[in-house]
Amino acid sequence: MVLQNAIRFVVVLLLQGLVFNHVSVGAYIYPAIYVYFILLLPYETKGWVLLLSSFLLGLGVDFFSNSLGLHAAAAVSMAFFRPLVIRLLTSGKDYEILQSPGIKTSGFSWFMFYSVILILIHHTLLFFLESFTFADFSQTLLRILFSSLATLFLVLTGQFLFYKPEKH
Amino acid sequence: MQNLFAFIWRNSFYFLYLILIIVSLMLMSQNNYYQRTILINTTNGFTGGLLSLTSNFSDYLKLKSANKALAEQNARLLSQAKYLYLNTGTENVPPPDSGVITGYYATGQNFMENSTPTDTSKFIRQFEFIAAKVISNSVNRRNNYLKLNKGSLQGVRPNMAVIAPNGLVGQVVEVSSNFSSVMSVLNRNSRVSAKHKSSNQVGSLLWDGTSYRLGKLVDIPSHVQIFPGDSIVSSGYSHVYPEGVLIGTVEEAKLESGASFYQVTVRFSADFNKLSYVYVVNNLMRSELMRLQESQSQTQ
Repeated sequence: MVLQNAIRFVVVLLLQGLVFNHVSVGAYIYPAIYVYFILLLPYETKGWVLLLSSFLLGLGVDFFSNSLGLHAAAAVSMAFFRPLVIRLLTSGKDYEILQSPGIKTSGFSWFMFYSVILILIHHTLLFFLESFTFADFSQTLLRILFSSLATLFLVLTGQFLFYKPEKH
Repeated sequence: MQNLFAFIWRNSFYFLYLILIIVSLMLMSQNNYYQRTILINTTNGFTGGLLSLTSNFSDYLKLKSANKALAEQNARLLSQAKYLYLNTGTENVPPPDSGVITGYYATGQNFMENSTPTDTSKFIRQFEFIAAKVISNSVNRRNNYLKLNKGSLQGVRPNMAVIAPNGLVGQVVEVSSNFSSVMSVLNRNSRVSAKHKSSNQVGSLLWDGTSYRLGKLVDIPSHVQIFPGDSIVSSGYSHVYPEGVLIGTVEEAKLESGASFYQVTVRFSADFNKLSYVYVVNNLMRSELMRLQESQSQTQ
């Protein structure tokens, strides 16, 4: 489990830094695939592991995109809100301790809501910190919207690519 | 005291978050120059190495446009060289790197104007060019940066200008031993002193974050006649960019009734999405100019 997550950490970091940072499909579209790692950490990940690994991942993306501290701040904030979002979405229901969030374990609509909320938190912080002003409000809003959609699309694609139906 | 520790331990999640977010915000602020430089120097070698590895592959996709831009630049330079021959005769042409190269992008016009370079000792070299490859670039963010495969060991220093074969690109902001980071014109913090070439009126070129092909030129007074297609070049006032580097052409010049300044939309001549080879420009007289400016501001 730890190894799998460690590999995922490296893979999403390299994917982000070497591939998706250079993809330009539109003026406002920045697909932040690296949040996939934070989304898929197991439910019972210790708080400090969650925060610290997200911070380091964000910092790693910063080194590639020359924006020291920007992605780190957004990623660590996303990680900070993750337990709260999980608690809100799973009130009453319980989940298996060793599992990770995913379409297979949590169902499509749950995972979709969970991803949308956290990606929106991440992108809102990222783009407002980047523009550092409320002056270009509508532009920043469009950036958040389009980039969130692109990121969500990639996250769901990632889920379906590695979706292994269980044998009955 | 023990209660305090117990309190911190119980809420360690919140405290850790607080610490990490403060660290990231501190890294973001440009004031921590020393810490930033150390971090960038230690990591740039690694990320730069990886990026130059992958750019070896993506280079093939840009070969065509890079070739075209270089060929066009060659043609421009050839026509300039021709003017030199016509005006001076072959014997008296100064060695290629000894002239005061100003406006080398203009179509030979500047060389016509200073057309008596017979005595080479009169010439002082002002600009030095370092060719570099773009290994990382973006156009879809609010603040875009490039990474180049040349660093301090190759003579690149912060504040040097970066230009592509077909136009101005940006300014070096951070340098490690073998790589450098460039703030492109497509950045909130970029402000280039630019002039409307036919009238010599100087304004500031900014980027509003919308389209990577279009920039905004402000502070051009309303009495100037501006037409779509007019050239916008660097003014050279900032001591970063050489004078006369092409930035782009006027796409649209709006003058609201009663306003005293134009709102000019400029179409960049460099295609920021297709940059592959660029030149880092070292202004050899920059420190002298800066010293002069400092002593001037001290006496005031």
